[in-house]
Amino acid sequence: MKKQNPVTKIIFKVIVYAALIAMTISILVPVAWVFMASFKRNAEFIGQGTNPWALPEQLQYQNYITAFVDAEMGKFFLNSVIVTALALILLLVIALPAAYALSRFDFKGRKILNIAFMAGLFVNINYIVVPIFLMLSDTNKALGVDFFLDNRFILSLIYASSSLSFSIYLLSGYFKTLPKGFEEAAYIDGCGYLKTMVKIMIPMAKPSILTVILFQFLSFWNEYIIAFTIMDEHSTLAVGLKNLMAVERTATNYGIMYAGLVIVMLPVLILYICVQKQLTKGMTLGGLKG
Amino acid sequence: MNRKRSQGRFVFFCIAPAAILVTLFIFIPTINVFRMSLYRMGGITNKKEFVGLNNFKSLLADKNFLQAMQNSIAIIVLVTLCTIFFAILFAAILSRGKFKGKNFFRIIFYIPNILSIVVIAGIFGAIYNPSTGLLNTFLRAIGLDSLTHQWMGDQKIVLYSIIFALVWQAIGYYMVMYMASMAAIPQDLYEAASLDGATEIQMFFQVTLPLVWSNIRTTLTFYIISTINLSFLFVQIMSDGGPNGHSEVFLNYMYKQAYGAGVYGYGMAIGVVVFIFSFALAAIVNKITDREVLEF
Repeated sequence: MKKQNPVTKIIFKVIVYAALIAMTISILVPVAWVFMASFKRNAEFIGQGTNPWALPEQLQYQNYITAFVDAEMGKFFLNSVIVTALALILLLVIALPAAYALSRFDFKGRKILNIAFMAGLFVNINYIVVPIFLMLSDTNKALGVDFFLDNRFILSLIYASSSLSFSIYLLSGYFKTLPKGFEEAAYIDGCGYLKTMVKIMIPMAKPSILTVILFQFLSFWNEYIIAFTIMDEHSTLAVGLKNLMAVERTATNYGIMYAGLVIVMLPVLILYICVQKQLTKGMTLGGLKG
Repeated sequence: MNRKRSQGRFVFFCIAPAAILVTLFIFIPTINVFRMSLYRMGGITNKKEFVGLNNFKSLLADKNFLQAMQNSIAIIVLVTLCTIFFAILFAAILSRGKFKGKNFFRIIFYIPNILSIVVIAGIFGAIYNPSTGLLNTFLRAIGLDSLTHQWMGDQKIVLYSIIFALVWQAIGYYMVMYMASMAAIPQDLYEAASLDGATEIQMFFQVTLPLVWSNIRTTLTFYIISTINLSFLFVQIMSDGGPNGHSEVFLNYMYKQAYGAGVYGYGMAIGVVVFIFSFALAAIVNKITDREVLEF
């Protein structure tokens, strides 16, 4: 058995740590910097002799008030909460029965339906966002209303539809692993199909339901391109932030812009710190990315 | 008999809502992409006229599209190579190395993946800003003034700035994925290799890499599809293809033509080309990376 040269071993270790620390810095420093910058006055960003690395002279929380009230980030925040919550509820109410029926019952056409839902996995929303927009605006024109565009319920419905394929795939994969005996016992006890599903089977699928909620919360909360395309007054936080960034950059109101950034990422970061273990574990279960 | 019928009804009501929604918001728009690509529609006159494959013919002569195509391919190749290198490296270090803070690094590296694209664009706006940006002021502070650049304004550099943001965003996600498959490799394989006198690096190439190869292969398809999609969102927010089309990618060009300029038919033709391109590329990559699968 030959021993490794201790010097090369040390050099190896140093390189390894340097790479890890470089990556850590490249993530933590910009994120922390945005938090810091959100408390700065405007004069600390522009003009000669300003140092972007300097700490704020005072905690200018006024930036947050301006962002929330004048830049309407408060309104967009509320819209995002409504749309995300509604989309999650719609998704679960629609995906759970479908996944359950597809995985636990044998019926004609099951195979075709399974394939059809799987095919939905291959369609990315970026390709079809314009046809969806056209469909909604044509419906508006045909009916002489302006109900279908800039509607938070429609947006939630589209969000839910766009993740149905993935959620059904994940949930039915889990339902398949549950033993058959539960349902038979329930039927013998006189439970109907609906009661068996709601009272017995769905509660058992809790872990995979949690995974779906976590991932879809992130993707709905962060979603940008659909909301940007079909929403206007009732837009969500990500679009609000994009507009805020465009406006404040030309007006060089950097403090407010960074306050807006913090408003969007803080809820997600807090959630992440709480659930990071389930999240990274669930990822290998689902393993899909949009 | 009665029971069978009630079962059928139950199954129907379970599946119908999902089937209707997926048809309405996924399948019909997808079919529309293909159908609309055969028409000249939108524009000033807003007439709809069947033109066959004419849209595709004009695409081949469209310099802007060809440039977007070139940029997209460069982005796909470079992002995949860089991300795969760092993700595997970090995953190997974190799953093999016996040191403190393993969890800490995993948690930190995954953060970019949970942030909205708009937030990431904002963060990189702060990094790349030419006068007050973190990168340029840092370079000046350590005396490397010559390396400062207009990161988003220089035609030669803008594409690499976008690529860096994409790689930064993706490493953590794939690292966690590779870590999971490396964790499944039985420890005694490493013990046996170590008894044979293998070094850490030899073990990586002889044991780890061959055993996670099928997982890496699967992720190659993810890289292609997600880079096409994410590069669109990054470019749409950060540069909108500028300066002078040097950071244009094909989905952003599609979006600009269809939604911005209202030339729907032409825009959808771009969508069809990208759609087919991504599937063809995934199939080719899948084919050429086909190896004998090793199992433990």
